Amino acid sequence: MIRRVGSWLFGFARFWYEFVIGDDPLMALGVATALGATAILLRSGHNAWWLTPPLVIVVLGVSIRRMSPG
Amino acid sequence: MNVALFVFATTFLASAVEAIEMVTIVIGVGATRGWRSTIIGAAAGFGVLAVVVGAAGAALTRFPIDSLRVVVGGLLLVFGLQWFRKGVVRVAARGLAGLGQLDTEDADVWTGPGIDWTAFVLAFKAVVLEGLEIAFIVVSFGAAANTARTEYGPALIGGVGAIVVIGGIGLSARQAVGRIPRSLLQLVVGVMLTTFGTFWSMEGLGVSWPAGDGAILGLLALYAAVAFGYTEIQRRRIAVLRAAIS
Repeated sequence: MIRRVGSWLFGFARFWYEFVIGDDPLMALGVATALGATAILLRSGHNAWWLTPPLVIVVLGVSIRRMSPG
Repeated sequence: MNVALFVFATTFLASAVEAIEMVTIVIGVGATRGWRSTIIGAAAGFGVLAVVVGAAGAALTRFPIDSLRVVVGGLLLVFGLQWFRKGVVRVAARGLAGLGQLDTEDADVWTGPGIDWTAFVLAFKAVVLEGLEIAFIVVSFGAAANTARTEYGPALIGGVGAIVVIGGIGLSARQAVGRIPRSLLQLVVGVMLTTFGTFWSMEGLGVSWPAGDGAILGLLALYAAVAFGYTEIQRRRIAVLRAAIS
């Protein structure tokens, strides 16, 4: 029973790791940083709608480069 | 115009915008990962939605929708970026090979015996979040229609009608979507998930988008242009590599 619960918990944790982190932690880190920075700017009174999209594009470009051979 | 008719038309149109987002994700995920788990996820989302709406009723407007937007939007954004990246790399490597054929050969199509939890979760979240937004629209428009009495009936018909009509259009497009090569479909769905994820997560944080919901189209155009640009760069990189090897 304990082994079955442990196996289920491991599978559950692995699913969310794959879903959020995948094969490149950089993108999850980049998204968290972009949203965190947006939240900080919002609290200081700036409507920072312009921040996350460019950061997402940069992080994506770096990740594609890292995934490519050569 | 009759108040009930006005409430129905307004609720239908406002709900249709949310329903388009919901159906786009469900159809895109179903075509990319497989339909069984996607449909089970969407059905589970509607089940949860029915319980929440039934239990909360008119008190639904006090639900912390912004927190839900940040969580769901953030998750869609990180997952959408993974498909965006894989789509760019695959389209750059394979081009549009398989266009017009039913393509079933791809590592991202679920072939296991059980539930594909990725498809389930994506469809479930899209249905719950967008369904809740439609429920908010129904409750808000129904309650605000008249100071003397509420108009929940026409508002409810408008909200449910929007889901049925947009869902029907989405289902009829299923066959056509299935003929798009999976590598290209993965890129398109990745761009869409990234668009909705960016929009929802930042809206949940409290960002006021220029042009309101119209910003979704702006984000979509921006990310589509980025997809095209990165694919071209990647294609040239692969060509240089192949030339160096041969």
